[in-house]
Amino acid sequence: MTRPEQSTAHASFRHFPLNAWYAAAWDHEVGRNLVSKTVANRPIVFYRTTAGRAVALADACWHRLAPLSMGKLRGDDEIMCGYHGICYDADGRATFMPAQDTINPSATVHSYPVVERHRYVWVWPGDPALADPGLVPDLYWNDHPDWAGDGRTIHVNCGYQLIVDNLMDLTHEQFVHGSSIGHDSLSESDFEVTHSDRTVTVTKWMIGIDPPPFWKRNLQDRFPDYEGPVDRWQIIRYTAPATIAIDVGVAKAGTGAPDGDRRQGVTGTVINTMTPETDRTCFYLWAFARDWCLDKQVITTRLREGVSGVFFEDEVMLEAQQRGIEANPGYDFYNLNIDAGSMWTRRIVQRMISAETGADASAPTHAAADAAVAMGAVTNAANEPRSDNGGGQGAEVAGGVARHRAEPAAGLMGRGL
Amino acid sequence: MGATSHKRWGKARVLDVCEVARHVRQVVLEPEQLEAPAPPGSHIDIGVYVNGRADVRSYSVVGMGAYGSELILGVQLARQSRGGSAYMHALRRGQEVSITQPLQNFPLTYGRPGYVLAAGGIGITALVAMGKALKARKADYRFVYGARSRDLMAFVDELAVEHGDRMELRIDDEGSSLDVAELVEAVPAGGELYVCGPTPMLDAVKAGWAKAGRRPAELRFETFGSSGRFAPEAFRVRIPRLGLETTVPHDVSMLEALQACGADMMYDCRRGECGLCQVKVVEVQGVIDHRDVFLSDAQHEAGDRLQSCVSRVVSPRTGGLPGADGQQAAVSIDVP
Repeated sequence: MTRPEQSTAHASFRHFPLNAWYAAAWDHEVGRNLVSKTVANRPIVFYRTTAGRAVALADACWHRLAPLSMGKLRGDDEIMCGYHGICYDADGRATFMPAQDTINPSATVHSYPVVERHRYVWVWPGDPALADPGLVPDLYWNDHPDWAGDGRTIHVNCGYQLIVDNLMDLTHEQFVHGSSIGHDSLSESDFEVTHSDRTVTVTKWMIGIDPPPFWKRNLQDRFPDYEGPVDRWQIIRYTAPATIAIDVGVAKAGTGAPDGDRRQGVTGTVINTMTPETDRTCFYLWAFARDWCLDKQVITTRLREGVSGVFFEDEVMLEAQQRGIEANPGYDFYNLNIDAGSMWTRRIVQRMISAETGADASAPTHAAADAAVAMGAVTNAANEPRSDNGGGQGAEVAGGVARHRAEPAAGLMGRGL
Repeated sequence: MGATSHKRWGKARVLDVCEVARHVRQVVLEPEQLEAPAPPGSHIDIGVYVNGRADVRSYSVVGMGAYGSELILGVQLARQSRGGSAYMHALRRGQEVSITQPLQNFPLTYGRPGYVLAAGGIGITALVAMGKALKARKADYRFVYGARSRDLMAFVDELAVEHGDRMELRIDDEGSSLDVAELVEAVPAGGELYVCGPTPMLDAVKAGWAKAGRRPAELRFETFGSSGRFAPEAFRVRIPRLGLETTVPHDVSMLEALQACGADMMYDCRRGECGLCQVKVVEVQGVIDHRDVFLSDAQHEAGDRLQSCVSRVVSPRTGGLPGADGQQAAVSIDVP
């Protein structure tokens, strides 16, 4: 008896393909220090060679599985295990063994394929033979001269798919972000969904509306005297498995924005890429890039802080939703038409997973993934005092994330920033 | 408790199949595992074979058997059904089937000052257990059961005995038809109206309820999208953008026909509620038979979209359009 193909719509769906690029960190987070991160349930240690190459090795010494992130950097490109001193090069091959003059030929740790692009360090947890750099999602706005912006990383206690769902349906802005970007027209407007093998696009136009506070301010950066209605757009572009670039903006109403003429408006790109840490936790790397007043650093900072506050509202809801799912194990989602975008992303992800079935026969258990995360926290903390040995940006950034969580920028928008 | 449960599939044995009205058979199933009795208003999903293909249908649970471990269903053989009811009627004692646990989308709320249960035809299956529950709690209720003729009315004698004066039969053949205005009026302020019946009846009740200015939340109904304004007939469907074209046979949904011809379709509830399988209507030769409860009357009227899991198209002649004799219905659509 076959069942209808519905599993991807389930509340319990929190799987991810392994044959994919995931943004493990911002470029500046990986330096001449050891950063332990769990990506797709796999403990990984990141560092940079003196030549500038970002390296991702399995964070478990071949010898007795001690975390390499408890060790230290050696020479230009090597890492030394902190337990018995075995050294590995950037390709994970042993270069030094204690108490023997030779190198054991089987002494290797897995070196994950890494690509740096558009300010992120991307890692490929799956089959290295398939790691085609051409598959890295195109997030050019992050480092293109026609755009200015910045962003952050949020560690969220929810499955990455819940964030994808959140971004694929912006109806929630009206209810979650009422003081900044929410607007009644969001849930009243029609939207259009299209898809291809690896992408999904959701398009929504709101014509002739009063701009919400966030967009009124942005439009006035460019047109200080304009007080009138706007045409607002949200064009959500998903690239499998977990990257979403949202083309957002407003233009003076009736100046042709829906037909492609945005000269009387301002355009932003919300860059989002989610990296599964475990089945129910993830890293959310986001940035906001704009096409107006590129020379004004104050706007870059204002937008980064403002969006940070907006996303904290999402973080609160998404972590609560994850707890809600776990507190209601016998129950499932009821999917609505507004979930069409997310339903397509889940179907595409499921097809990617099906295509690689068998490749993940040795997937770690929940307990193993949780242990990896706990280990990472311990080893990163142990690394922190050593931030003087060249760089230590990782620790600095981690501190920034922690500060964001302790004292979110929520409310900045309310104060008119 | 109306949240969506995870469907858990299990085996059940057919204990009995017997005729309880013209074209209606009672099917008694004994699930291998039953965690709790089926609550009033619940249904099960059952695996069926239609045209040699495995598929899933939903049937209301009429009640529990005498031992408390059997589920009783009532199935009407729809002459132009999609094939599920024919499979159900062909079930034999001892046969094994796959079913879910009882699923609840149509819960009965207790503690209201008054209730009206209104069943049209085979819709009675969803309301029998509610009547029993209301009686047991000594609630103030009326139970109205309508049909074209008495021989079509399953369980009618038992219900008349069980509910006495509270039971009212409305039988077209015997000169008493369902009166929507009267039905609505009979619900006291703060009371609830539970309706299960064919689409035209449901549409009329919804319109009457709205006209009387009653709270929408106090009109309770359930749909499996299995009936419309017209009997289902075959029609052509085209997706010009993808160069796809196929015939939708009378016993297959548009959604299924489109999937079979290679369209990647999104859907979820498959009973016309959720709005996920919506397609854009580009052009239609004939009349759209909207069978969903997702779109509003005005949106149905506009006809620029339809829910492909349940809605259909009928020929101009069937739809009552002039001057189009013998022409098969056709619809051009676009999909996400």
